[in-house]
Amino acid sequence: MSGLPNLTPALPEIFMACVAMALLMVGVFMKGEAKKVTRTVSYLATGAMVLALLLVTAFSTTAGTTFNGLFITGAFPAFAKVLILAASALTLLMSRDFFENANVTRFEYPILAVLATLGMMMMVSANDLIALYMGLELQSLSLYVMASIMRNDLRSTESGLKYFVLGALASGMLLYGSSLVYGFAGTTNFEVMAEMFAHEQDSVHGPSVGLIFGIVFVMVGLAFKVSAVPFHMWTPDVYEGAPTPVTAFFASAPKVAALSLFVFVMMGAFGDLAAQWQQIVIFISIASMALGAFAAVAQTNIKRLMAYSSIGNVGYMLIGLAVGGAVASGAETQQNGIESMLVYLSIYIIMTLGTFGCILAMKRGGDNVENINDLAGLSKSNPMMAAALAIFMFSMAGIPPLAGFFGKLYVFQSALEAGLVSLAVIGVLSSVVGCFYYIRLIKIMYFDDAEEDLDRQVGTEISMVVAAAAIVILAFFIYPGFITDSAAAAAAGLFAG
Amino acid sequence: MSNIPLLSVITFLPLVGVALILLLVRSDVKDDSKQAKNIALLTSGFTFFLSLFLWFGFDASTSDFQFVEKTEWLPSIGVNYHMGIDGISMLFVLLSTLLTPICVLSAWEAVTKRAKEYMISFLILETMMIGMFCALDMMLFYIFFEGVLIPMFIIIGVWGGQNRIYAAFKLFLYTLLGSVLMLVAMLAMYWDANSFDIPTLMNHTFPAQMQTWIWLAFFASFAVKVPMWPVHTWLPDAHVQAPTAGSVILAGVLLKMGGYGFLRFSIPMMPLASADFTPLIYTLSIVAVIYTSLVALVQDDMKKLIAYSSIAHMGFVTIGAFTGTIQGIEGSIFTMLSHGIVSAALFLIVGVIYDRIHTREIAAYGGLVDRMPKYAVIFMLFMMASVGLPGTSGFVGEVLVLVGVFQVDQWVAALAATGAILGAAYSLYLYRRIIFGSLTKEKLKSILDMNKREVLVFAPLIILTLYAGVYPQPFLDVMHASVENLVNNYQAALDAAGAQVAVQ
Repeated sequence: MSGLPNLTPALPEIFMACVAMALLMVGVFMKGEAKKVTRTVSYLATGAMVLALLLVTAFSTTAGTTFNGLFITGAFPAFAKVLILAASALTLLMSRDFFENANVTRFEYPILAVLATLGMMMMVSANDLIALYMGLELQSLSLYVMASIMRNDLRSTESGLKYFVLGALASGMLLYGSSLVYGFAGTTNFEVMAEMFAHEQDSVHGPSVGLIFGIVFVMVGLAFKVSAVPFHMWTPDVYEGAPTPVTAFFASAPKVAALSLFVFVMMGAFGDLAAQWQQIVIFISIASMALGAFAAVAQTNIKRLMAYSSIGNVGYMLIGLAVGGAVASGAETQQNGIESMLVYLSIYIIMTLGTFGCILAMKRGGDNVENINDLAGLSKSNPMMAAALAIFMFSMAGIPPLAGFFGKLYVFQSALEAGLVSLAVIGVLSSVVGCFYYIRLIKIMYFDDAEEDLDRQVGTEISMVVAAAAIVILAFFIYPGFITDSAAAAAAGLFAG
Repeated sequence: MSNIPLLSVITFLPLVGVALILLLVRSDVKDDSKQAKNIALLTSGFTFFLSLFLWFGFDASTSDFQFVEKTEWLPSIGVNYHMGIDGISMLFVLLSTLLTPICVLSAWEAVTKRAKEYMISFLILETMMIGMFCALDMMLFYIFFEGVLIPMFIIIGVWGGQNRIYAAFKLFLYTLLGSVLMLVAMLAMYWDANSFDIPTLMNHTFPAQMQTWIWLAFFASFAVKVPMWPVHTWLPDAHVQAPTAGSVILAGVLLKMGGYGFLRFSIPMMPLASADFTPLIYTLSIVAVIYTSLVALVQDDMKKLIAYSSIAHMGFVTIGAFTGTIQGIEGSIFTMLSHGIVSAALFLIVGVIYDRIHTREIAAYGGLVDRMPKYAVIFMLFMMASVGLPGTSGFVGEVLVLVGVFQVDQWVAALAATGAILGAAYSLYLYRRIIFGSLTKEKLKSILDMNKREVLVFAPLIILTLYAGVYPQPFLDVMHASVENLVNNYQAALDAAGAQVAVQ
């Protein structure tokens, strides 16, 4: 055990950390006007993320641990990392246009994005409560600053502050829970814990109350990060207040990281205590689906609407986790549950990126607008963008043959397989309610006439991302294996270890 | 020939048309709508031509599925791409491919606003309809079944009348709520039978208790689609607001999705529950036949009147489907096909004068026979077919249904027969008010009779209505083997369950 630990599995993370520091140097020492510097740093950061993505596929897909078991690699973390890096790179690409327009030329922004991404990669590779906390905080602190990057804008700073205060509270709860778990389990390592709990469940007394207490607090912290009801309150405010590219970022990459972490902690460390936590997951899943469906109906700000939509979608994904906790149904069903969640997650991220691309393109006279009624008449002024947004909305509403339907199909089917009939039925009914506000957007775009058209000019990067996302969502049914095969492999990887 | 996946080609050919319109038609060209219409007509016409190969290549002596294609699609959740047709679905495929080019033609001059998108919507709709009738995998069926909503929502919402948004939302949410319950039932069926494959599920015996629940979930979806009383209220709204071609497709094909669903899923897969719920179906259907006929009598909007008459006709369809007799089911299918042609024609007929006068109010017309003799003749023909005059296709279907139900329950037959009388009443009353009387309205004095294109649109419908009325045998032959097989299996399942009860 002496000497340097094996660095190869962590190569992508090490690379990202070095890139962040190097880019900081570039930003400080590069000569030229701020706009040019920012643009260079931004492109370099995007390139670095793509490179890191290739490194992940090359080096971290095989199962293994390093740094004395603190850091784990395998198919599951690799799947999450690929999603995280792709989402980060694409949102960063889409943000350039917005910030240049708003005259916010800070080269720190792409660097913060790199750091946040690094934190997320650490989170999904964490095999220990301490490593988990480290990754989570690196991510969160970067996100707090990103939310208030437009420091002269009242809404941006307010959302940053709100996010910070509530986020710190959640981190505190997570830490408190971790300390309780450590106190009752005597270890912070997930593998050792899993081994212990496998016996504890069988013992006469069952797991101790203190341990369950700890698990509940850990779950509260994680539920906050994935913005599941009842820990969702920050989401609409932060989504609305933060600059739109930052919201796009919040809605994609950190969601993947937090949900993967949630799954990994629950299934990996506490997998044998599923009987204790499954009902909590079921509850927050139902509550999130219902709130996401009903609260979004009254929204007029599109970013706020997307916040409630994301709460609802997290509810659907948690169905997969609840199935993962259905120990009685056998390992195969559990694995299907996790697989369904990963399929849903991947599709959701693609839809979200596309939708936020459209929101970023909602401009009138060069300024961004956010009211859903501003979309009126879009089908005439910009038919391609209207068609793309309609595809995303129909997909989110779960109308076949678009990809969103298959995501829902996967989770509902796994829920029925595990005998969680009520979960599936509530999910189906809330998706009908949800349909109402998704198709309301389509109604505004296609049926209403505009008083004043939106700008026809759409940035190159944004239109590329939107077009690509729309094609993937539309054509998913032709070759679904593209996503489902890797999700299946990732879920299998989680259960193999 | 056997190597060509004919059903897939027919199903997805309209999407090729969509791609062509998107790629070839530039929106800055002045006559872009003309080009889009030409492409749409060509593709849908060619699709119809190809679908004729189904008619000639079909082997009517067997109840097996034909033109079958099967490949793995979503293996991890057990969904396959499985297509095939039998005697029940084949004629519906032809109905869909026939009506789409007619819709395109009917919109030739009527639609000028965003014609390109209009054509794209109809071509997508065609793919969804054909795919739905060909699908032999439940999930594939569901995808096409639901997918229909997207183009339909857009068609009503964009090109509809005054109150179009309300109608579009009502259509969308009503149908969706029914369908998602069906989705849950489908997943439950998979849970029990471990397959989404329709032929496999037809041979699987579901537990009696479970059949009841699944049947109700499917009923929620199909009853809305048919539509059956009391969940029919979306239909008059949708019809009144939809553009002419939208109404044609809605009445011609989409209403058949419910009846087809009963015959494809409810009866063969849940025979016990179907037998249990037959009185419910009879009651609701008879209420529909009598009540909606009476409602039709007092309408002052032409489209609304035809919409209510559609609901009454669909009452016959559901009665026939649940008789469990060969005549009843064949009559049910025949009525659907006949209604598909006749009501489509009636909506087109309304469209003809709507394009000229821009009102659907019956009171605005009268005495049209003086100015529009051709129109009066065609209107008369389809009105009679709707009433069920012998010699038209409407008669054959109605009689078969009545013969079928008479063997099972005379009272139901007697009550259903009153619908035919009421149907004659509201139809002739409508005809009298529009065509006869004296031509006093100022606006109507200069109205022109139908032009060549309009007559051309009606020609195939006229031929089919008369041909199927005089000599229905070729159509009945096609469906006979499949229907017989369906009835035999249904009776066998009931007998088996009866024997089990006797043993206990």
